[in-house]
Amino acid sequence: MGLVMNIELKHIHKRFGAVHANNDINLTFATGRIVGILGENGAGKSTLMKILSGFQSMDSGEIWLDGKPVSYNGPQAAIAHGIGMLQQDPLDVGAFTVLENFIYGQPGNLSPKRKVAQQQLEKLSQRFGFELDPDMPVSQLSIGQRQQLEIVRLLALGVRTLILDEPTTGISTEQKTLLFDALRELAAKDSMTVLLVSHKLEDVIALCHEVAVLRAGRIVGSMDMPATTTELVTLMFGQELAAQPRQPINANSDDAVLALHKVQLRNKRMKIDNISLRVRAGEIIGLAGLDGSGQEMLLRACVGLEKCSRGQIDIAGRDMTGKSYREFLQTGVAFGAAGRLEEGLVAGLTLTEHIALVTSHQSFIDWNSARQHTEDQIKHYNVRGRPESRIETLSGGNQQRVLMALMPQEPVLMALEQPTRGLDVDSARWIWQQLIERRKGGTAIIFSSPDLDELVTYSDRIIVFCGGWVQEVADMENLTLDELGRMIGGEGVIQ
Amino acid sequence: MRTRSMVFGLTILPILASLLITAVLIMLVGADPRAVFEKVWEGAFRDLRSFSQVINFWIPLTLVSMGLIVTFTAGLWNIGVEGQMGMGAVFATWGALTLQLPPLILIPVEILLAMLGGGLWAALVGILKTRLKVHEIFGGVALNALANIASIYLISGPWQPAEGGSVRATPPFPADALLPPMSPDFGVSLLALVIVGVVIVSVIVALRGTRWGLQLKATGKNARSALLLGVPTGRSAMSAFIVCGMVAGIAGGYRVLFTYGSLRPLVSGGIGFLGLLVVLLVSIRALWVPLVTFIFAAILGGSTRLKVALQLDASLAGVLQGFLVLAVLFSNGLRERWRETNPAHLSETDIKTPESLKADR
Repeated sequence: MGLVMNIELKHIHKRFGAVHANNDINLTFATGRIVGILGENGAGKSTLMKILSGFQSMDSGEIWLDGKPVSYNGPQAAIAHGIGMLQQDPLDVGAFTVLENFIYGQPGNLSPKRKVAQQQLEKLSQRFGFELDPDMPVSQLSIGQRQQLEIVRLLALGVRTLILDEPTTGISTEQKTLLFDALRELAAKDSMTVLLVSHKLEDVIALCHEVAVLRAGRIVGSMDMPATTTELVTLMFGQELAAQPRQPINANSDDAVLALHKVQLRNKRMKIDNISLRVRAGEIIGLAGLDGSGQEMLLRACVGLEKCSRGQIDIAGRDMTGKSYREFLQTGVAFGAAGRLEEGLVAGLTLTEHIALVTSHQSFIDWNSARQHTEDQIKHYNVRGRPESRIETLSGGNQQRVLMALMPQEPVLMALEQPTRGLDVDSARWIWQQLIERRKGGTAIIFSSPDLDELVTYSDRIIVFCGGWVQEVADMENLTLDELGRMIGGEGVIQ
Repeated sequence: MRTRSMVFGLTILPILASLLITAVLIMLVGADPRAVFEKVWEGAFRDLRSFSQVINFWIPLTLVSMGLIVTFTAGLWNIGVEGQMGMGAVFATWGALTLQLPPLILIPVEILLAMLGGGLWAALVGILKTRLKVHEIFGGVALNALANIASIYLISGPWQPAEGGSVRATPPFPADALLPPMSPDFGVSLLALVIVGVVIVSVIVALRGTRWGLQLKATGKNARSALLLGVPTGRSAMSAFIVCGMVAGIAGGYRVLFTYGSLRPLVSGGIGFLGLLVVLLVSIRALWVPLVTFIFAAILGGSTRLKVALQLDASLAGVLQGFLVLAVLFSNGLRERWRETNPAHLSETDIKTPESLKADR
């Protein structure tokens, strides 16, 4: 390419327990380039960027800067080498003013020169058109302004490579334009390297010169821009497979098991209006969308873990709006969260204790029968583990099997976040066999997945979440992965 | 089994280490540690009278510790246990000073009142925690102070002795209101011993064999998951507080109905805090509690004779206790590290405060 090679990552490995978050990563970033780092949640991109910026250590591998191997521990040392990272939630001190935050990371003596720093701050802000009042407390700034402050702070520290993690989440359109202009200028005029970690394909398309894509801890491809959303989605999700024939809908009655009437969901980052949905017994509904587009909010709303700000939710014909999770449970819903050990299983308890927790209804637990029951369930669900094993010692696939065993046998509705997350192909297929078994018994299933193939294979209907909008796939018969990918990427949304 | 001896070692080690450090300290001030330990031993076990003092300290300490086992299992730091003892004492005092009943009825009523006082005070911490999201440590500390102020007010106001007000104590309780000792030589209340036995057995059985105990354990280890599995986590936490408060209330009642025979300020005498230390030391293993509380009671009871015999201040026991706190924290750190390197034998009982219930991940 004829440019100076700035950063080289060689054979980077990082493991978190059984998860291989970064598996032999080799990447080169040239100066003056804006590179998008793409990948689904859990693909390992944040880990990689944290390693590069010193927030995390690697298990093995090397980082070379301008042809020399370097090693550093901690973000301060990384900054000294010219690499700075802008976290998703800016790491500033709320009680400090803008100027104080600007100063505190700077090396030097105990009496920082406020005057000099203030001039530097004003100069940098002016250059990029940032509006930063030096005396305003950071707690009063918007996320976009805090980001601007963090950028000028890192620049003042002499950073030559800027890493941004999901920078456009929660900022206004004007701030986004300012940010992108600033990044383009830094790359073009100052020959800085900019690495952009993002889910938002339109941002990547608007800004980047090239992209590198991670999937399950590995680099699965890179390409020079421009590229289309579809090309990027294909790289991210890795689909070459043709759509498989779907099972016929097995709904045996017209009564809705789950009905949403003009539901509005909102959190700090987004608002989704006007979701209406009727799910019949035995139906499987897939929720598609880039990570954090609202699928999980909807799933949680269906079981009472998330409050709807407007609208009504009925389960089996009963109005459940505003009811608690426990009341939802009593109507026969089951919920499975994506983070199994965070939400669902209790680390430190044995399998028998888990089973006893959900099955025993007397004051005194009959441990013998609980143990017997656990052994039956272990056999039935083919779990590799013993009744007295602690749940956290099991592999992810086996934990998921235990979660299935803990769910009621014939629930009215199952709401599942990424039911096959982190599972190998066999375990994933097995989980779906179980789910389809339950569906035959009339259970309706609503699930989210980052895996387009899984969505297309198992769903009777698919709902796509994108940028605060939901849209149901109209023509399931002729849906291709390409089309679904495009919808997820935000093309063809009627606004 | 390696795991078991390891756990045993990490329980005994802090006690030995702090004894050793205390011995060195005694030498530094020019005394003979052997003589000191002998005197402490004598002070505790010289005769029935001194032994009964040890038991009289052991009873409330064991009660409080067993109560704290329950809250710790639910992942709660019930630092308000001191105030719960204090309110137990206040309620029992009210019964002793005002109720005119035959002893056979009066004494059980006093004990029930003590349970009511302690339970109510703990319920307040629980309500603050579960309804208003006030951390139990802050709520507990505030309620400890309030309990103390309430007892001082009562002693110097409504319940002050007829002959000249003081803030020292209420008038002595009538003899019928007091727990009777087993014999003049062995001043220990049989009833209290029976209650301690019942409490020990019930707590162990409840935690091991009941659905309630399992729900507490699940709540303590991961409140979010427990909630998703259908455990009423708020109710679990609340019940743990109330049970602990009731048991601590009995301990407070015992202090006024037997040890002192009147209500005094700070009637708990730090036993609640000591109980926290005991439960940390045994890492919530209930079976260990009676033994460890006995060691504490013997050391503290025995050291009262140091001043007379060796011109050493009895606060030496306090010094020992201080070292013990540090040694326990240190050995917990060691245990943590050992656990990390041996993930296969995850220790039965790590103390965690429950993760605050997150609205969303």
